[in-house]
Amino acid sequence: MISSIKYQGGFIVSSGIAAISLSPVLFILASGMNADPDIWSHLKQYVLPGLLKNTAILVAGVVSVTAALGISLAWLTSFYEFWGRRLFEKWLIFPLAIPTYVMAFIYTGLLDYSGPVQTAVREYAPDLAGLFPEIRSGGGAIMVISLAIFPYVFLMASSGFRSMGRSMVEASQSLGGGRMFTLFRVTLPMARPWIFGGLILVFMETLADFGAVSVFNYDTFTTGIYKAWYGLFSVNAAAQLASILVVMVLVIVAAESWLRRKQKFFNRGGHQPVSRKRLNGTGHFLASAFCSTVLLVSFVIPAVQLLIWTAKAFAVEFGAHYIRLVANTFFLGLMGTAVTLAVAVSLSYSGRRRADLKTGIAAKLSLSGYALPGTVLAVGIIHVVAWLDSRVTGTMDMLGIQLQGALLQGSLILLPLCYMIRFLTVGYNPVSSHMTRLTPSIDEAARLMKVTGPALLSKIHLPLIRKGMVTGGILVLVEIFKEMPVTLMLRPFGWDTLAVKIFELTSEGEWERAALPAVTLVLAGMIPVGFLTFIGRSKKQHVPEG
Amino acid sequence: MTKIVTALLFLFIFFSGQAVAAPDELVVYSARKEHLVKDLFEKYEKEQGIKITYITGKAPVMLQRILSEKENTAADILLTVDAGNLWHAAQKEILVPVTSPVLDRNIPDHYKDPDNRWFGLSVRARTIVYNTDRVKKEDLSTYEALAGEDWKGRLLLRTSKKVYNQSLVAMLIATLGEDRTQSIVSGWVSNLAAPPYSSDTKVLEAIAAGQGDAAIVNTYYYGRLMKQNPDLPLGIFWADQSDTGVHVNVSGAGIVKYSKNIDEAVRFLEWLSEKDAQKLFADANMEYPVNEAVLPHADVRKWGAFKASTVNLARAGELQARAVRLMDIEGYK
Repeated sequence: MISSIKYQGGFIVSSGIAAISLSPVLFILASGMNADPDIWSHLKQYVLPGLLKNTAILVAGVVSVTAALGISLAWLTSFYEFWGRRLFEKWLIFPLAIPTYVMAFIYTGLLDYSGPVQTAVREYAPDLAGLFPEIRSGGGAIMVISLAIFPYVFLMASSGFRSMGRSMVEASQSLGGGRMFTLFRVTLPMARPWIFGGLILVFMETLADFGAVSVFNYDTFTTGIYKAWYGLFSVNAAAQLASILVVMVLVIVAAESWLRRKQKFFNRGGHQPVSRKRLNGTGHFLASAFCSTVLLVSFVIPAVQLLIWTAKAFAVEFGAHYIRLVANTFFLGLMGTAVTLAVAVSLSYSGRRRADLKTGIAAKLSLSGYALPGTVLAVGIIHVVAWLDSRVTGTMDMLGIQLQGALLQGSLILLPLCYMIRFLTVGYNPVSSHMTRLTPSIDEAARLMKVTGPALLSKIHLPLIRKGMVTGGILVLVEIFKEMPVTLMLRPFGWDTLAVKIFELTSEGEWERAALPAVTLVLAGMIPVGFLTFIGRSKKQHVPEG
Repeated sequence: MTKIVTALLFLFIFFSGQAVAAPDELVVYSARKEHLVKDLFEKYEKEQGIKITYITGKAPVMLQRILSEKENTAADILLTVDAGNLWHAAQKEILVPVTSPVLDRNIPDHYKDPDNRWFGLSVRARTIVYNTDRVKKEDLSTYEALAGEDWKGRLLLRTSKKVYNQSLVAMLIATLGEDRTQSIVSGWVSNLAAPPYSSDTKVLEAIAAGQGDAAIVNTYYYGRLMKQNPDLPLGIFWADQSDTGVHVNVSGAGIVKYSKNIDEAVRFLEWLSEKDAQKLFADANMEYPVNEAVLPHADVRKWGAFKASTVNLARAGELQARAVRLMDIEGYK
């Protein structure tokens, strides 16, 4: 048996990662402490109540809509056979390649008063014109953000349903459980770590969203942070608001893990894929129609709109610099993904080796970066880096060595690190939900074979959680492709990416010219996302029986 | 796998080395977007043989970046839109005062910092645009008048989070006082035909489509949109002509006090204020040159001459926070 000294490793690793991830947050918390009381009382009286209400509505709305869409779509495509199923299974992931801010400017463009839809309604059915709901509202924002990020839930729920295997479902049914009983009492509870993983991503992404809500001019906590900073010029008040956000996230994440503290999700039943039931008649039609509609509004319509705009502005916008933008986007994406994935694996592995409270807390703390608006996180990082740099230059000065400028500031090393802090949770969730599935008996068996330490990880665990790593890696890659505020703020000279270009053009109201980089970004994102659909299809399963 | 990691690491180290700036070049932190400054910078490189490196981003973020980088910053020049942003940069003491007869000659006093820490480089007018099918020019007069009863349900505005509106309200406070400005903002909000939009272009499109009758926007957005759709029923009206004049703002620049290359940076600013650069600078975005000896673009001149406010733009910065609070209190989103 392994001694308790070795077990300490888990806590050391996870608290180390937590320290790196939290350092920008701590700097923000520290500067939030001395916020200008005058500004703060103004915010509290006139701004905060509205922000809290709006944020709560938005988050509740997006979480419910994405849960409904993601779970129902995953359930249909995993357990039933109907026209187009194989196509939906693949294509319903592609909305992930469209950044939420792009989705937002496409849909406000289409559905606003001056957009083609309302214009047509006014022309052909003037009586109905007054009934058209305001798109730039809470409802509109919920709809658009949900369309852009429901695939997280869809993807995670699908992978939960599939890796569950046939035996559970069959056991339930052989005991007389109907399909509905099986769904609500067996399938959904078994898939809960996956579904929760997806929903937590949705929750945090919605809290941190700045781009989409700005397009709608819908005020949330994030826009409040920017307002305090940009409008009232109080970085401290902004930090104070940001710290409230951090606390909210930690509470939710802690509550979620407390809710499933005692659960173990080992599957001892083998992994034959579930056999799909062929739908017929109305059910068949409804399933196809539902999936088609979602695919249409979440991907086809935005993509077509982008292509139309691109066609109009292509001649103005296209040039050799696009190749550089694409190369930068890919390079930063790959670097960031490599770092993030390495950290995600270490973190979930330490959690597995040492499943006690403080290790668990350290792991959760490491994940909070995803809920922070990118710019706020970037400011925190700049503070940390400036502090480190001044220490380094100071020490070098004492040693009589003159350094040319800053060491870390503006260096390319920063970005992958920031991406790690920001997107760790995206990579961590799939990795750790696979890690959770590994039974302790695997380790025992390995130890009997004298496989321990790093070899245990590289020879036994990593191959077993490969799928989780690929899924996590791809999700992180696509997130980095779309990431805008951190890249905008911390990139070294000459490191513009597609997302930065889109920001520059859209913030000037140049939607049409922004369509070319947006299309390029969507295509770039579709490559890895498309790859995701192939992992689920390898029939061979490597998980041995427990 | 190991090979891939090694290759990535190698690439990484290779690219990291490129981040350091050479001594004979200028580094600009620019909140003015790349497509509006690129040609200008290239022209300077070609004419003067000085390399210009720049990075773009949002103004408050650029400012914060310089603040935390301190003497380690690479920035020589902070180029940004809106006088409020420039005022804040000066206020945070990151800009160095510049004595230059050339800049004094080329740039009118109210477009630059009283202490010479920043200089306006192009002028942007924020005025009233109306739907020509639904509004008679005679019905328009001032920003204040748009707060009146007869505009109920006819006004469209961009969000109060945009610095252009914050500066406009700040300048109203400067000329009319806080109480009157507050009732103006209150009147605007109750006259809105739709919730505030997130962009000037959207506001203009909505006015053209008839959602509202009049709006307050920067003229270059009008210019851009009309270039694409010359048939839109939109007209420009110069506000406040019988008293203070149209609200104007600048995009401008200052020299970062940590710059290791201040003399060269001054030469660059001087060059930007001279005729050729002014033409390019303003025309790139259908703005007005700050140098009064330079004519605006022919298309811009068609909008007619106007009297501009001559209150020093530093006031926009000083009063910005008060303007924001006032808009919050009146529920202007």
